[in-house]
Amino acid sequence: MYDPTVARLTYRALLGRRRALILFALPVLLVVIAALVRGITGADDQTASDVLGGFALATMVPLIGVIAGTGAIGPEIDDGSVVYLLSKPVKRPTIICTKLIVAIAVTMVFSAVPTLVAGLILNGNGQQIAVAYTVAALVASIAYAAIFLLLGTVTRHAVVFGLVYALVWEALFGSLVAGARTLSVQQWSVAVAHKVTGGDIVTSDVGLPAATVLLVAVTVLATWYAGRRLRALTLAGEE
Amino acid sequence: MPAENMPAENMSAEPASTRHTPAQDTPAQPTPAQPTPAQPTLTQRPPAQPMAAQSTPADRASTRIHNIGYRHYDGPRLGRAYARRSLFAQSLRGAYGLGRSAKSKVLPMLLFVVMCVPALIIVAVAVATKAHSLPLDYTRYAILLQAVIGLYVAAQAPQAVSRDLRFKSIPLYFSRPIERVDYVVAKFAAMTSALFILTAAPLIVLYVGSLLAKLDFGEQTKGFAQGLVSVALLSLLFAGIGLVVSAVTPRRGFGIAAVIAVLTISYGAVSTVQAIAHVRDGASAVPWLGLFSPITLIDGVQTAFLGATSSFPGADGPSTGQGVVYLLVVLALIVGSYGLLMRRYRKVGL
Repeated sequence: MYDPTVARLTYRALLGRRRALILFALPVLLVVIAALVRGITGADDQTASDVLGGFALATMVPLIGVIAGTGAIGPEIDDGSVVYLLSKPVKRPTIICTKLIVAIAVTMVFSAVPTLVAGLILNGNGQQIAVAYTVAALVASIAYAAIFLLLGTVTRHAVVFGLVYALVWEALFGSLVAGARTLSVQQWSVAVAHKVTGGDIVTSDVGLPAATVLLVAVTVLATWYAGRRLRALTLAGEE
Repeated sequence: MPAENMPAENMSAEPASTRHTPAQDTPAQPTPAQPTPAQPTLTQRPPAQPMAAQSTPADRASTRIHNIGYRHYDGPRLGRAYARRSLFAQSLRGAYGLGRSAKSKVLPMLLFVVMCVPALIIVAVAVATKAHSLPLDYTRYAILLQAVIGLYVAAQAPQAVSRDLRFKSIPLYFSRPIERVDYVVAKFAAMTSALFILTAAPLIVLYVGSLLAKLDFGEQTKGFAQGLVSVALLSLLFAGIGLVVSAVTPRRGFGIAAVIAVLTISYGAVSTVQAIAHVRDGASAVPWLGLFSPITLIDGVQTAFLGATSSFPGADGPSTGQGVVYLLVVLALIVGSYGLLMRRYRKVGL
């Protein structure tokens, strides 16, 4: 289920030239903000939790997930070069799996590592906050990459819909409507993080069993359906 | 194919404007569709010869000129200003998906509706409850719905410039009588106008609604005018930033993500730090932090000069002195993005 050549091509598509810039800029911004906040307030657990939960996990991780997940397959479908890949004797689910693994890896590296660094800067991992949010970022990376990879195969406007989900649904509705929080990758991953570290500051609205089941179900279903979509792909012209 | 020196033997019957039957041509001869009535003149070529190499003198002697119907254009030439106007109009229509497929209308129209619906609700509530003032300032509206504006810029700015770069139609534009400055100005103006339509329409709804609710005319008109100035500034700033970011990449997807990163993430970062600075440090740092994201810049300018209430934590907007700095930064950003676009299009390739 893993094809090294496809993986290499996907890495190059994601990290080539200028595209890596935006992927590097966000983590750098997070670390700079962490340093700034530490300078203003000193080490404080609640502040650390606010910054990591409000900025890192709520905006940065989904955005990197959108870029990596849709970027792994979207541009290829968009410019039609995906036919050269599909005409090779590689199974479609294998292509999806490989691209998913690459997208997960890129999202993890660019979201979890800076989260850990920012957490350490903010309060030196007091009450396990840095580790908790790093775990949450790792878990969220998997689900986000799978969802946005599926979006990339379904629609040409994958990035916009991904952003609408990440910014409008999770950030806006999630903060206004309690029910929206149960259907949010962010809350599921926080639930896992809560269990892992056992702290009181990092809490979620969703129970751990529900969160785990939903995470696994969403990831598996999205990957399976993305494979189906790729088997029945129709190449559209530019609108 | 047509030789310049006409063989004398073929001059006999018809002048150069006739063509002969395609069946007796050499195989490489193009047989153009031609509006002029074809008057076949049979060649007196010996049948053994037709496949001979074209450079032989004998074949040369049998070549002739064909009129394939090219015409001079002698209609009016509309010139540079017309081209610029067309580019502007096309870009503006394209920003709302007009003249393009139904699929590409969905998103901009949806965002436009989402932008206007809260204004309608506010007006309906104000009329129904006979309120004495609108529950919301005109200047506050765009700040509250900044996520929608951000999504619109992110979706439409790459659409305006990235496609030209990706399909290499830029050289075609510049083969027309427009200069680099025309292209940049037309795109910038179109994006600004599209954003202005998006942000001013709900204000018009609010204003008309407030007049229908018989609120104080002078006060409402003043607020409306202030709101219009504010959204005009916002449109210029957002259009500039969006175009500069998306002109860098021919990939639409990356352009969208990059614009959102600049607009929304910078706001998320600034507001997070502002909230913390407000709690820990008192008010002194809050206004200065607002300089680092586009929407807080607009918020600062309208708080200082346009009678708005700031949405900064604790409503600590900038003072008039700081407001001058805000205004200068906004103007510098607008001029700077124009300069960057001009620089970007000095070379039309990537």
